[in-house]
Amino acid sequence: MLVPGADFPHLCAQCEDYPCVKACPVKALSVSKKTSAVLVNAEKCTGCGKCIEACPGRIPHMHPAQNRIVICDLCNGNPQCVKVCQEGEWNVLKTVTRREHPYELYARTPEEQTRNLATKLYGEKAEEFI
Amino acid sequence: MTLGYAGKFLEIDLSRDTHKDVRFKDELLKDYIGGRALAAKILSDRLISRWEKLDPLSPENILLFLPGPLTGFFPGGRICVSGKSPQSNGVVGSTVGGEFGVELRCAGYDGVIVTGQAEKPVYVLIKDSDVDIRDAGNIWGKDCKETNTLLNRECRRLLAQRYPRYGEWKEPAKVYIGPAGENKARTAVVTAKWTHAAGYGGYGAVMGSKKLKAIAVKGTGPLPEVADLRKIRRMINAVDRNAYDNPLWRRWGTGGGGYSFAAKTSSEPVRNWQEEWHDEKSYGVDQFESRIWVKQAWSDFGCPTNCLKIAHVKTGKFKGAITDNPDYELQAYLGPNLGLFTPEEDVFMASLIDDLGLCGIQTGNVMGFAAELFQRGILTKEDLDGIEPKWGDVDAFASLARKIAFREGVGDLLAEGTYRAALKIAETKGKDVLQYAIQSKGIGIGAHGIRSGRDFSTEIGYACSVQCGDHTSMTDLPIDGPGSEVWEVFNDSAVVCNFNGFGLPRNFKFDFYNAVTGLELAREEWARGGGLKTLQIQRALLLLGGPDLKWNPRVHDDNPSRFYEPLPSGPCKGKAADHAAVKKSVRKYYEEAGWDENGVPNPETLNRLELGNVDAALRKLRK
Repeated sequence: MLVPGADFPHLCAQCEDYPCVKACPVKALSVSKKTSAVLVNAEKCTGCGKCIEACPGRIPHMHPAQNRIVICDLCNGNPQCVKVCQEGEWNVLKTVTRREHPYELYARTPEEQTRNLATKLYGEKAEEFI
Repeated sequence: MTLGYAGKFLEIDLSRDTHKDVRFKDELLKDYIGGRALAAKILSDRLISRWEKLDPLSPENILLFLPGPLTGFFPGGRICVSGKSPQSNGVVGSTVGGEFGVELRCAGYDGVIVTGQAEKPVYVLIKDSDVDIRDAGNIWGKDCKETNTLLNRECRRLLAQRYPRYGEWKEPAKVYIGPAGENKARTAVVTAKWTHAAGYGGYGAVMGSKKLKAIAVKGTGPLPEVADLRKIRRMINAVDRNAYDNPLWRRWGTGGGGYSFAAKTSSEPVRNWQEEWHDEKSYGVDQFESRIWVKQAWSDFGCPTNCLKIAHVKTGKFKGAITDNPDYELQAYLGPNLGLFTPEEDVFMASLIDDLGLCGIQTGNVMGFAAELFQRGILTKEDLDGIEPKWGDVDAFASLARKIAFREGVGDLLAEGTYRAALKIAETKGKDVLQYAIQSKGIGIGAHGIRSGRDFSTEIGYACSVQCGDHTSMTDLPIDGPGSEVWEVFNDSAVVCNFNGFGLPRNFKFDFYNAVTGLELAREEWARGGGLKTLQIQRALLLLGGPDLKWNPRVHDDNPSRFYEPLPSGPCKGKAADHAAVKKSVRKYYEEAGWDENGVPNPETLNRLELGNVDAALRKLRK
């Protein structure tokens, strides 16, 4: 948490050009035809971290126990985070169809994202933290 | 009396300080249902004989605020502002969102017709059939946001005084002008509600010339009676469901365009259209969304789409700037077109333009034009009163905008709009500067370029449109095809919002119209009847033009010359419009619309459409 009290999720935005997939030296990453999410082949992945470097938002992260990378796979088209959010009637998370809007814009680093959102929430106060 | 109409129009004569109710025949309302079409008809009936000599900024001009039969029923209320345009010298139907149309119809009126000129500044307060022309001395000269606040306060106080037993009055619906309109800048807008604006046409200047600061209306009655209420309820639900199923539109409105129209479709003005592509991720929709949109969903009465957002800059140099969206047009024209690539700068400019009551598109266009002349050394620092409008210099553009609104120094020249300013600069400097003026018949072109061919804009969309550079009224071949202007005429005449119609069946709006009025208007019938008639009238009045400028279709029915230069950058590098192909399409369009080879409507066409008076007025143009 970079700003106290402001915890922002930081997830894969499914860029159109998939720089992470291109950067993988062992071809452990692939794109799901069904959901366009990035899929990780755990057996092939060596945990080299090249995809983290390639991602404009540094979104892939290492598995805490195993030597492999973790990227949101959209739960095979039925994201559970969206499901619980809707069940809880928070109505914050929604699934959207992929259209002309460039989703890669949402691939930003955690610092950048927190700075943007915290400034919107707290105004100048947020600048003390970041 | 036709169903779906309140039955009477309010005519205010400001010169005599009087008002009266006027009624139109049912047949007229059947043909020209309301809004833009009815405005064109009223103007041609009353003014066509002296159109060429009529100065749009003189007391003789008529200013119209017309809702349509669908206003208040079809989700998303809008109103059409019209008159003789000080920009094109023709008729432009300029629509703006807000509750004005709905309140007006609840007050028992189908529209407001303003004639004459007041001696000193006035505003009009309408409460049902009580019409009060009041002194506006205390709000004249105030900026738009302050005008809104003062008007709300004063109108609510007056209403509470007069109707003490009503309870608490909510804010009345308003249309008003800012300093730019008062100073008769041709790029001024009629503002509605809060930061909504009817821009194309420049009717803010007409309102200012009549010394009419504002119209506020409060209706307490019901909407007019309709033919089939159950069907209308079902159809409103269908529109709502359709909008809810479109999360992208609801989430971002047109605010996603600032990046994607440039990076994806290469059709956004960058530095006065010298380029149409940029890949500045700092201008992405996520930056607007996560940094400055403090209210994500804001809408007018009954609208399910909520494409409006409230943008507020909370930190930094531009702290305190507040406006709606900005929508794509303002993102483009007050952003990349001036070389600005951050949301904060754009919101600051949009907020300033809103305060001054200027049109973001026209003002952005003319400022981009001035900046390009400065870049090329045609205009110097001395010509621009010491301002150096370098690309990306937000302070220079802000002071330029203020000068335009108050018509100070060089602002007086630029307030005439891009085309008129270009003519004057060409005269004084002796250089061909018209090639840098990106406009069509006096109206700066909307922020959708035609060169890449990837956007919805068509190659003859601006050249042949009767509303010139208006991007919401584009046309295409064939004249009864899906891209034709006649459907835009219907939208602006029934006065419905385009955005709520996306994804609905083609006949939907016509079915809606039939359910409201009980008439049977088929879609094809509109393309041959009312829609085509309106096009002919608007075309005739545009060609009659005057008094300061006249249009020669052979020269002016064309795209700005920049659109024939190849794109210098981006994935569509090298693409350009083809001049010969455009000319050919224009001629084809003339033929289909029933115009002769000079673009003047044929007598046969006009007589077939029962427009004899238009034909008589056009005779001198035919020779």
